[in-house]
Order: sequence, then C-alpha cells, then structure tokens
Amino acid sequence: MKLPIFLDNHSTSPMDPRVLEAMLPYFVEKFGNAASRNHAFGWAAEEAVENARKQIAKLIKADSKEIVFTSGATESDNLAIKGVLEMYKEKGDHIITSSTEHRAVIDTAKALEAKGKATATYLPVDKYGMVNPEDVRKAITDKTVLISVMLANNEIGTINPVKEIGKIAKEKGILFHCDATQGVGKIPVDVQDMGIDLMSFSAHKIYGPKGVGALYVRKKNPRVRLAAQMDGGGHERGMRSGTLPVPLIVGFGKACELCEQEMATESVRLAAMRDRLQAGIMKEIDEAYLNGHATQRLPHNLNISFAYVEGESLLMGMKDIALSSGSACTSATLEPSYVLRALGVGVELAHSSIRFGLGRFNTDEEIDYTIKKVIEIVTKLREMSPLYEMAKEGVDLKSVQWAAH
Amino acid sequence: MAYSDKVVDHFNNPRNMGSFKKDEEGVGTGMVGAPECGDVMKLQIKVQNDTIVDAKFKTFGCGSAIASSSLATEWLKGKTIEEAQKIKNTDIVQELNLPPVKIHCSVLAEDAIKAALADYQKKADTK
Repeated sequence: MKLPIFLDNHSTSPMDPRVLEAMLPYFVEKFGNAASRNHAFGWAAEEAVENARKQIAKLIKADSKEIVFTSGATESDNLAIKGVLEMYKEKGDHIITSSTEHRAVIDTAKALEAKGKATATYLPVDKYGMVNPEDVRKAITDKTVLISVMLANNEIGTINPVKEIGKIAKEKGILFHCDATQGVGKIPVDVQDMGIDLMSFSAHKIYGPKGVGALYVRKKNPRVRLAAQMDGGGHERGMRSGTLPVPLIVGFGKACELCEQEMATESVRLAAMRDRLQAGIMKEIDEAYLNGHATQRLPHNLNISFAYVEGESLLMGMKDIALSSGSACTSATLEPSYVLRALGVGVELAHSSIRFGLGRFNTDEEIDYTIKKVIEIVTKLREMSPLYEMAKEGVDLKSVQWAAH
Repeated sequence: MAYSDKVVDHFNNPRNMGSFKKDEEGVGTGMVGAPECGDVMKLQIKVQNDTIVDAKFKTFGCGSAIASSSLATEWLKGKTIEEAQKIKNTDIVQELNLPPVKIHCSVLAEDAIKAALADYQKKADTK
C-alpha cells in the first residue's frame, strides 16, 4: 500500500490512465483547431471532438448537439444561470435555488442579485440535506424563470429528488438547471427522465482531466436559449466562444465512456467499501454522527461528525490520508460548513466533521488502514479534549456559559 | 497550508496533557474559548510558594491551538506568578511560527494563562 491515501474524490479525482492514453495523440500529432474547416489537421480535431461529444451525451442520455463545452462546472453554472436570466429577462428575474448548492451556483445568484439583475429564493433543506419538491412549487412566482437545484451534494452526498422537481418545472413552464457535477458518472443520470433543461458537470471529478466541463443545453421541448457570457468566434452554437481544448475534450469523452461502461459495478463496489468504512468507524467510536442521508446518497460519500474533536486537528492527525473537513479552520472564511449548518447540524458538530470521498482506485487495504487511523486519532484527541472530559463528567455542554471570542 | 515543525511536534507529542483536580490546593484553572468557535482551551497551573511547579492543558481545537496550549504549559513551569503574567501571545506566534490565520490560537493561549492565574489568585485571596 502506498501512502498518502487519496480519499478526497469529491474535490477531484486522479486521471484514469486509459483517459490519458486517449488524450496523448492530441497534443503533438493531432494538434489541429477543431474550428479549422479547410485542412486535415482541423478535420481530425473536429472528428475527435464530435466523438467525445457523443460519448458524453450518451452517459446522460442527451443528444450530442446539446453538449456545450466549458472550462469546468463553475463556468457551466455561471453560463446557465447568467445566460438564462439575461436571455429571459423580459419574462422575469426570479430564480429558485437551494441553500446547499455549490458556491458556483449560490454566489452566481448572489452576484446577480447584487447587480439588481435577479431576485433569488434559497430553499431550505431537510435534516438530511434534501430539497422538498413542494417547496419548489410554492416558491414559484409569475416572475420565476429558472429553478437551479443540484443533483447530489458535494459535502454530504445527499441525492435530491430531481425528477420530481423536473416535473414541477415542466408543469409550470420554467427552465430547470441542475448542477450534477458530483452525480454524473457516479449514479445514473437521464436528462429526459429527470426533466432537466440545463445541466453542469465536469471531467476531473470522473477521472478525466482538469480544465474542461460541459453544460447540457436542451434543444427541444423546450429549446433553451442562452445569452453568451463569452463573446468571440461563436463556437458551441454561439453559446461559448473560444477554441476548444481538444485533448481535454477527448479525455472528457473517454472518461464518460468508461463511467458509462463501469458505473454499475463500480458504484456497488464503492458503496460496499464505504459501508465498511462507516461500520468500522461507528463500531468503535461513540458519538460519531452521520451527516446526510443514510440511503439517498452518493455511493462513494461518507460524512461524519466526531463530537468533542475539531476537524482540522483530525486531518492533521491523519496526515497520510487526504480528506476534507467542514471545520472553519480548513476554510478561508473561518465559518464552518454552510451545508452542514443548513441541515441543522450544530456549529460545534460542523467543526467536527470529516468528509470521506472514495474513488475508482481505492483498495480494501486502504479502507482498513483508514478505519484504524480514524479510531486512533479520534481516541487520542478526545483524551486531549476538555469538552470530552466535561461530557464524561456529566456536564451538559449546552448549559455552560462560554466566553465566545 | 503547511504546519511548522514545532506545531507538528507539539501536536504529535503534546507536553503536559491532562488535568489536575480543580479544588486541589494551589491549583488555578483557566477555561477559554467556545465550542461554536471551534476551540476551547483548559489550562491549569499548580503553584507552590509563588512559583508554578506544574502545568497541564486540555484543548479542543486545531493543531495550532493544541500546540499553543502545549507550549504554554512548558513555558509556565518554573516561572513565578509575576513572570507568568508577562507571557505574550506574540511570543507564542514567534516560537511556533504561526501564520496570520492562526494568531487567534496564540491569543486564546494567552487568555487561558491569564484566566488560570486569575483563578489561582482568587482562590488564594478567599482563603
């Protein structure tokens, strides 16, 4: 077993060697510009791009013409939200989204609000992190032009009832954007069945290269129009100008093809490993709480709060395992995870959370090692924790007058 | 963010981790911070003849908070009450090479020292 172990696959994933192999010819040999219509270099590049478009579309049950390439999911979210709000401004300026969306969605909505270009409703979620479709329905006004709800959350892995939301959107004639960055390639996604009109996702979360993503833009029933946010040569049906990064797109396509072929077995394998990790930790550690939904969650996600110990110190004690925490100390804002807070998780438990993100290349041996390490460090830090000591003495920590600083 | 070697050392080998009984003769206890803020420090001193003969800590917080309180106990041992009053958070920042975002950890450690000294003083005065 090689250290360090990578268990942070929600942040990014290692590239699959098969993806790299597919990309290599497109750097030096087949370097053409896919927009060059008059020579063999351009034709070869265009053919590669169109092939990738098909591979990507197939994974999400779309038509290849409905794939718009971007630099990543953040750009896709920006393009979808800003593009729709700008294009349909005659119709209205209201957007409905949720409080646990990725920052690329929330901050885009906030930026539009700040400029007076939109009004936004941020729907609450239940204690498992799920959006209630009925809340979406109730939030709709005659000014609503877009609903943007994520498929699966990046911290807790909770999967939203997207199909129900899609149905409501259709019924009301409102466009539905879904940030599916964490879900595509991990769980089945069908834009037809789910009633999705726009969908963001990226390559690097699914063992593809960083720097490329896609926005699915529905072509019929309805035909979605977007105001471009990048002007130039009119690439990608005029929705996103800029020379296509052919090697990245080829890699993206290959990554999608592999997911399409292997998802069924891979998700079962990862869920089994995840469940073993969860059981192994929970069996030995008391007051460890699962964040998110017990069943409606991504197969490779596990998010646990360990009462009485702080998240960053947990990570520091497991230096040879790459993990992530909702602790304020690991964020730039010094605020603990807004996602966990939206679930109603107490601030102190939000500080104590660890996210495990399993991936294609993790092994059983790595999971065993992680279980052992987590138990070791939580035990060690609890011995060091005045809160644990007080709790064991029977002090109700909520009744203590803390001097907040 | 990389931690300094000294922070890592204190984190891996905390000095004087543990507790004295609060009502023990000559013991002063300082508890500062709040769970909602992500750090709570408990620092205790044991005083004989105006000199701190022993010190212990327990900390809930990040590695830098743990290291700051661990270092504080090391520095407190052997100091007189008067000398202990002079320990400044900036000394801790310098010794542990704390980055700007972690300065509050050193402030908390200084507060914990002050609180422990005050608690000892209060107990001594009421005797």
